[in-house]
This record gives sequence, structure tokens and C-alpha cells, in this order.
Amino acid sequence: MIELENVAYSYGGGELLSDISVKLAPGSFHFLTGPSGAGKTTLLKLCYGALLPTAGHVRLFDRDVRSLERDDIAKVRRRVGVVHQDVQFLDHLSVSDNVALPLTVSGRQAETANGDLTELLAWVGLTNRSEAMPPELSGGERQRAALARAVIMSPDVVLADEPTGNVDWDMSQRLLTLLVELNKMGKTVLIATHDLSLIRAAKAQVQARVLRISNRRVQLAGADL
Amino acid sequence: MKFDLKTLRALVAGDRYADRVVPPTGFTAQLTLFVSGAMAFLAVFAMALSLASGRLADRWGDELARTATIRIVAPEDQSAIQTNAALQVLSTTPGVAEARALTDEEQQALLAPWFGQDLPLDTLPVPRLIEIQATDQGFDVTGLRLRLAAEVPGAVLDDHGRWRAPLVSAAQRLRLLGWTVALLIIGAVAAMVTLAANAALAANAQVIAVLRLVGATDSYIANAFVRRFTLRALAGSACGAVIGVAAVWLMPSGGDTPGFLTGLGFQGAGWLVPLLLPPVCGGVALLATAYAASRALRTLT
Repeated sequence: MIELENVAYSYGGGELLSDISVKLAPGSFHFLTGPSGAGKTTLLKLCYGALLPTAGHVRLFDRDVRSLERDDIAKVRRRVGVVHQDVQFLDHLSVSDNVALPLTVSGRQAETANGDLTELLAWVGLTNRSEAMPPELSGGERQRAALARAVIMSPDVVLADEPTGNVDWDMSQRLLTLLVELNKMGKTVLIATHDLSLIRAAKAQVQARVLRISNRRVQLAGADL
Repeated sequence: MKFDLKTLRALVAGDRYADRVVPPTGFTAQLTLFVSGAMAFLAVFAMALSLASGRLADRWGDELARTATIRIVAPEDQSAIQTNAALQVLSTTPGVAEARALTDEEQQALLAPWFGQDLPLDTLPVPRLIEIQATDQGFDVTGLRLRLAAEVPGAVLDDHGRWRAPLVSAAQRLRLLGWTVALLIIGAVAAMVTLAANAALAANAQVIAVLRLVGATDSYIANAFVRRFTLRALAGSACGAVIGVAAVWLMPSGGDTPGFLTGLGFQGAGWLVPLLLPPVCGGVALLATAYAASRALRTLT
């Protein structure tokens, strides 16, 4: 599904990631952890074609990312839902319009029933906030709206970068539950986080592999987590 | 940005969902509208100037090309004889439609601006003038000059070429200048739209980042901007062209004594020429925005 093979990434003359080999199999659940600045966000961006590796190969759905045209990468992104810590929305559109944005840009808004959108907003608990504007949302509401936007195209993979970074414990548990539910629906999930308590909480609910970035490389974390 | 039939159809038809993804921006919208309108207004005048100059060049060229003058410079007792001889020559010259000697009154009227109405022509050695009207085919100037030299020694043929050529040339250059100004105006529209589109793209970097994150292609993003700027340029230039045409139409006409400035305007089918401005400005805006967007989207990550 998403495979990184001996990937390295350099930025500003220094190597940020080196010799990374990771394979996200269909239906798997992964955590990516490591200290701040270790390269978690960079690795996530490599996983959806926002960055190109300086060495090695990144394969997105069996296609090498280097062989893809810009528009092909855009289309690949429709199969990968992404949630960032600092969620960005189109502030002039309502929450429901923002959630439906992936459908809009892929030309599928007209053919998608409003019921699906309503159901999705209900799933993330934003039914009564659907007509609110993004600046009116709280941190947790923004993260849930971002999650709804990430999954509205029914992607194969969901990548979340510190999704609980700006929310309290209860909200982070709620978000985690939603991500676990997605995984149980067959989606591949990769969450980058430095919050070990979140990882421990998840491990109680789902079988998750934990990858740790250390010294520019990725290694499978042990049972100490 | 690729320009194929599908892209063009999408641009013309629009997409009510896609049209909303780029936030409405007051400043660049008003700037594009205003400059397109002002440029179209100026372009209408440049076109009017160009078309009027063209008409003037044609008229001067046509009218003067079909007339010539013979001056009879001869002693007083020979003047009438040589005038008749010249008229005789002209009557047998192919291409001469009409030839007649100007009367004393007509010659006096010609000199009146300089010497007044009471000029006693008979006391001055004023040459007799013969006015020639040529047929459409015209006459052989060199041949006529040779015949006159042989048969009427006091006759000097002036085919107006000496002063007609610079006038026609000046009018033609003025026409060229008018079209050059119109082209420069269209170029300025292109430059302005490129700048405004660049500003809009830079101001919407976050919007572009969000659109990319959710899988928007560069063509989709570019189209959203291109359509908006094209419609603004179309609307602005349509307003400018209408106001420009109205202003030209309201210019005072010369009545029975048309001059160059009072003749500035459109005639007949010429009134349709300004109709070209909105589609041309729209097309220029489309290309300029597409160019700006494709450049900006390559650099924005």
C-alpha cells in the first residue's frame, strides 16, 4: 500500500532521515514516535507524496512516487486521508463545506448524497456545528472536522500527525477511538505522536505496531511502551 | 496548466462548487475590474484614432491622387494661347477626365487668404492655373510632362505627389501608432492581470495548501483563479468599452466642415470594432492568469 525502501531525506544540507524502510500493509495500525524534530512529520509527508525522497524509493499504491506527475500525486492523495496537528481549513466555507472539500475537488460533490455527509458529521460529533465557520471551532472540534474531511473520500490510508497535540485528554481519547474505528473498518492508520500515553491507550484497543525514529532511522519499538 | 478542450469547457461552463473554493478577495477583484475598464476605455480611443487616421489617409490618397494642376507661366500676350494649347493637349491625353482653366474669380479666391479680396490680378504676373481631374485609371504623368514641354513651353505640371506623399505617410503612421497604442494597452492588461493573479495566488497560499492536501490537481486550482480573473477582465473591459464608445459617440461632429479632431470616431462597421475588446481582454486575462498560476503553483509547495 505505502512502502518506503531505503529512503533518505536531506534538507538544508543535513540528512534528516536515513535508510528508512517501512511498509504499511492494508488494514494495519501504526504509531510513529520519537522526540520533537526527529522527522516524524517529514516521514509522514513522504508517505503521501508531499515530499520526495532524496534517496531510496517511496511506493504509493505500487507506484514509485518519482514516476508520478504532479496531478497523479494529487489523485493519489485522494486515497490517503491526512490530519495535521495545526489543521487548516478554508475559513470562508462552513464546516460541512470544508468536510466535503475532497469531494468538491475531485468533482464528486454533486453525486454524493447529503445523507453521507450528515452521517459523517454525526460520527465525529459535529452535527450541530455543520454550518459554523472554522474560526468558531474549538481545538477538538477542528481536529474532528479534519478527521471527517480526511475520511470522506473513504481513503485506504489515514495519516495523522500529532492529532491530539492541541486537545485535552478526553478529546484525545475520543479522537483515538475514531481512528481505531476506522482501522476496524479496514483502513490503514499511521499516527505520528510523541504522546506515549496515547500509544498505551491505543494498544489496549487495537493491535498496533510502534515505530520509533531515533538518530535519523526508524526502528520497531519494544515492549517498554 | 494544460490547455485542452476539457479545461476550456470547464472554464466556460464553470463549477458552482469549484467557484467557491477560492475566497472572494475585494482588492484584487476591484483592481482587475478597474484597470480592465480603464484600459478598454483608452483602447476605444486608440482604435478611434487609428480608424480615423486610416480614413484620412485613404481620403487624402484618393482625392489627391486623382487631381493635378498645370501652371502656365508665360508672358501676358502668350498666356491665353498657351492655356488653350495645354487644354488641347489635355483633351487628347488618355486618363484625363476633365480639365479646365480656373477663372479670375477662382484664382482670386485662392490668393485671398494671403492678399485679401481686392487683389487686382491683372496687374500681377500671376500664372494661369488649369485643374485636371483624372479618371480612376489615372494618366501617364511622365508622358504628359514630355508632351507639354514640347508643345506648351510655359506649362508646369504639378501632380501633387510632392506634398501628397508626406501627408498620406503621416496619416498612415498615425494609424499605425493608434494600433500600437491599442496593442500596448492589451499588453498592459496582460501585465496587470499577471501581477494581480500573482498577488492573489500568494495571498491564498494557505488555501492552495489545503486544496493540495485534499487532492486538488494544479489544473483545478489554476482554473479556480483563471475563471475568476477572466470574468473580472471581461466585465471590466465590457464596461470600459461601453463608456468609451459612448464618449466617442458624444464627441462633437464637424458638421459641414469636418476636420481631423472632429472626425475622430467610428463610422459604419467601425462601431463594431470596440466589441472585440471584452473578448480580447478576457482572452488575455485567461492566458495571463494561466501563466501566473502555472508558475506560482510550481513554486508553492
